Amino acid sequence: MSSRVKMLLAIGFLAALAYPLVVPNYLVTVGMLMFFAAFIGQSWNIAGGFAGQTSFGHAVFFGVGAYTSTILHVSYGWNPWLAWPVAMAAGAVVGWVIAVLSFRAGLRGSYFALITLAFAEVFRILANSVPFTHGGLGMLIRADIRPANFQFGNAIWPYYVAFALCLVSLFIAWRLTQSRFGARLVAIRENEDAARALGIDVFAEKVKVLMLSGAMCAAGGTFYAQKYLYIDPNIAFGIDKSVEMLLVAMVGGAGTIFGPLIGAVALTGINELTRWAAAVIPALKNVQPLSLIVYGIMLILIVARLPDGLMSLFGRPSSKAKPRHA
Amino acid sequence: MFDPQILIAGVLNGLLAGGIYVLVAVGLTLIYGVLHIINFAHGSLLMLAMYAVFFLWRLSGIDPYLALPIVVAGSFVFGYLLYRGLIGRLSHGRDENILLLTLGVSIVIDNAALLFFGGDTQTVEVPYAGDAIEIGAAFLPIPKLISFGAALLICLVLGLFMARTDTGKAIRAVARERQGARLAGIDVEKIFAISYGIGIACLGAAACLLMPTFYVTPQSGYAFVLVAFTTVVLGGMGSFVGAAIGGFLIGVTESLGGLLLGEQLGQIGISLIFILILLFKPTGLFGSKA
Repeated sequence: MSSRVKMLLAIGFLAALAYPLVVPNYLVTVGMLMFFAAFIGQSWNIAGGFAGQTSFGHAVFFGVGAYTSTILHVSYGWNPWLAWPVAMAAGAVVGWVIAVLSFRAGLRGSYFALITLAFAEVFRILANSVPFTHGGLGMLIRADIRPANFQFGNAIWPYYVAFALCLVSLFIAWRLTQSRFGARLVAIRENEDAARALGIDVFAEKVKVLMLSGAMCAAGGTFYAQKYLYIDPNIAFGIDKSVEMLLVAMVGGAGTIFGPLIGAVALTGINELTRWAAAVIPALKNVQPLSLIVYGIMLILIVARLPDGLMSLFGRPSSKAKPRHA
Repeated sequence: MFDPQILIAGVLNGLLAGGIYVLVAVGLTLIYGVLHIINFAHGSLLMLAMYAVFFLWRLSGIDPYLALPIVVAGSFVFGYLLYRGLIGRLSHGRDENILLLTLGVSIVIDNAALLFFGGDTQTVEVPYAGDAIEIGAAFLPIPKLISFGAALLICLVLGLFMARTDTGKAIRAVARERQGARLAGIDVEKIFAISYGIGIACLGAAACLLMPTFYVTPQSGYAFVLVAFTTVVLGGMGSFVGAAIGGFLIGVTESLGGLLLGEQLGQIGISLIFILILLFKPTGLFGSKA
């Protein structure tokens, strides 16, 4: 990293720390949502970007995390902080199961993407049907606002938790680019058969990365459930969440450290812009579809013209480096 | 346990519903077989065609069945232009990229529908919607019988088109050997666009046959996309016979799943079949290659 980049990062870090202290509550929440999107986007990016295992169903991990901690908390009286690591472990286990089944069967590319979608759908239907998730009614977490209870009375603390999560995810992504594990993942992404010929245990590496990604995404699920104190099958396992994670990473730059963060900034910006446009132009009463239309167009343009995402506009060589020694 | 009469009724109703799935899946499998792309926008384009049927009925009073030629032609043109203008130009490289591209198209279509048509459930009201004939315990709605027959007829016509006409032969040539077809003087890009157009035209026909008994919302596309993929994967990607048999099997699975497991859990059958086929028999029942 050049010293200029280090400077920029330090300034960005300090600005993000000071931000909630100087802006109104509404914008604090917007910032929280942005860092949260960057975090779960990074969890997608670890598997989908660095390792090239495109998933259309990452909500399966998000939902498993959200439901695991919520069930432990609501039905068994666990403290949510204690339930959090269990939720992550559950995400890793589901990642292991999906990876072992899919990669053992040799699924790649589009087929892997579609099977993850089907897994998320199976979990959505199950969560809708089995008694211990309270079915389609969803699960309410009783309000008991104490930080020791993972519930915060103001907007600022969730902001800092989301910011910390985002920092951790950036650190994990940075470690990946520095490690042999990360180099092996890139080799697998670029050419799986060549990676195997080099002696990489492709199957084992892909299983590992999906477990890591699943655990991270599940951590996001718990955070979400504790923030909104409510979870239901469509929020937890619906395709909207899967697509959001994919968009954030793809738009910002799949396989780059800062891609998901930049994607989250861009998408949050678009969201606020359309919200503003809707307030000014009364004909645009539906904000959500409008911003999603813009996202969809961005995804098309990025896939077609800018495969390294918005990151590549910054002119630095992307960290999607050519595979080093493996 | 269930009365066998009820089970038979369930199977018959499943077969009738399967006729539509055949039509949807034939379009998807044609696009895959010729272009080697997985068209994730398939469900969204079906939803769009269903809205076209709805608005033709609402604004001009055109009966869904009479709208069939208009919607099929319109869908073909829309598909042809979508390929020429967007998918064909931008789809290069990895197959996941093309999947992501068609995902982008489906996000735009779904949300444009939500923006312009609103989120309400829309139905076409036709006087014959409730007509049915009874065979034993089976209660077979006339519109479903019509859609079943029409779907099979359309598949037959498409089969003849592929077998007999020059365009059909060119499509098969491109599907089998792209380079060879090019050397033989076939305009491959044009054949791609025509194939994509035909695939979408099948959706237009399916939309006309669905609307008398079904409803449409902006989410309908997503509801159909996994069903369509399951049908195609079950039959074997690129296989027409497979798509046909897959469609009927999926229809019956859905009907019996709902009967045996209830409305909520019954939907799980389709996703499970999809997963199991991909894991254990990725070539499907009739596919030649994975």
